[in-house]
Amino acid sequence: MTNTANLAPKNKRFANLAVFGLVGLAALGWLALYNILEPFANWLAFGVLALPQESRLGEALAFFFYDVPKIILLLGGMIFLITTLRSFFSPEQTRAWLGGKREGLGNFLAAALGVVTPFCSCSAVPLFIGFVESGIPLGVTFSFLTAAPVINEVALVLLFGLFGWQVAGLYLLSGLAIAIIAGVLIGRLNLERYVEDFVWQVKNNGQSVVGYKPTWYERLKNSWQSTQEIVGKVWLYVILGIAVGAGIHGYVPESALAGILGKNAWWSVPAAVILGVPLYSNAAGIIPIVSALMEKGAALGTVLAFMMSVVGLSLPELIILRRVLKPQLIAVFMVIVSLAIIFTGYLFNWVL
Amino acid sequence: MLNIKILGSGCANCKKLEQITRQIVAEFAVEAEIIKVTEYPEIMKYNILSTPGLVINEKLVSFGRIPAAVEIRAWLASVPL
Repeated sequence: MTNTANLAPKNKRFANLAVFGLVGLAALGWLALYNILEPFANWLAFGVLALPQESRLGEALAFFFYDVPKIILLLGGMIFLITTLRSFFSPEQTRAWLGGKREGLGNFLAAALGVVTPFCSCSAVPLFIGFVESGIPLGVTFSFLTAAPVINEVALVLLFGLFGWQVAGLYLLSGLAIAIIAGVLIGRLNLERYVEDFVWQVKNNGQSVVGYKPTWYERLKNSWQSTQEIVGKVWLYVILGIAVGAGIHGYVPESALAGILGKNAWWSVPAAVILGVPLYSNAAGIIPIVSALMEKGAALGTVLAFMMSVVGLSLPELIILRRVLKPQLIAVFMVIVSLAIIFTGYLFNWVL
Repeated sequence: MLNIKILGSGCANCKKLEQITRQIVAEFAVEAEIIKVTEYPEIMKYNILSTPGLVINEKLVSFGRIPAAVEIRAWLASVPL
């Protein structure tokens, strides 16, 4: 991580200006690329490969050639924006904002901050202890800890790219609702005794902590690094997912799935959640597949429920939280979040 | 003697910070004790929520990021010996 701490103020301003210029140029290049994608994909599938229009293989390939670069571009651009936005928040600041908030308002604020606060699962334990120790209620802490993974930035971008902003918005809102409800319920159940005992004994030394305020140069540079890291981790899954999705798009007949994944199959929502909980790392590959399934008659609520159970309840995070939570509390948390996701799935199938 | 603590449960960034710190301490050619603090109750005494943290002679100088080498040098230089 480079840093401008050693630069004179004049040079710092110069570094900031240079990086703004670079980001501006990159944005223009991004827009240009994004706009030639569709003609390029059609040209590749029907021109270069000379596949007949309306043919199954031609349609599947055009879909693949268009979706892969589109999703990768969207991921790169939007993850960069999201990480830059997140650089203005910190767990320490969030703790200060949540301190002394009542239940209800506190849960709402915690869920919203869970979306924007930069947070990696390796910091889940210090964050949990720090919140509880500073007197933030257990339920409010859980609203934060639920929102952070349920509303996943990669999933959000993929939903936006493949389903449009309405579905991405629904996902965001229902994720917030689930985090608020789960936190309120856990708060009401008085489960403090199922937090590991050592957590209640932690005392800090009273030193106040002041966060580091990065320059724009550092902010944007860090965003660029995190973008590379995140896209580097998921791109292969995205391509595999889109390949399977393209196959479904070209070969599976219309409404073939209405019977098993449609609105009228009542059991499909819980089944999707039960299937989704153990699936974790492949969230990036799953969304393109479900997007193709939806075209063939799967219901939106079922699809969203599946997605949220894939990203929201992850085994690695639960294992990390086991260090501060007794198994009973982890079980209650899993059951409540699963039920909330199932309920949301039914709600969307019923409303839409 | 310098007393330096790296706060963190063993995440990738904690290891990187430890490595950088060791290099810089070697440059300074001062006697220093570098301790990795991995137990949460001990880490949480410093009131931080994000790791890795860097503590020099019981003063928390950074947390939640890997500071640049120039910053670490400046912190070490400013410690009264």
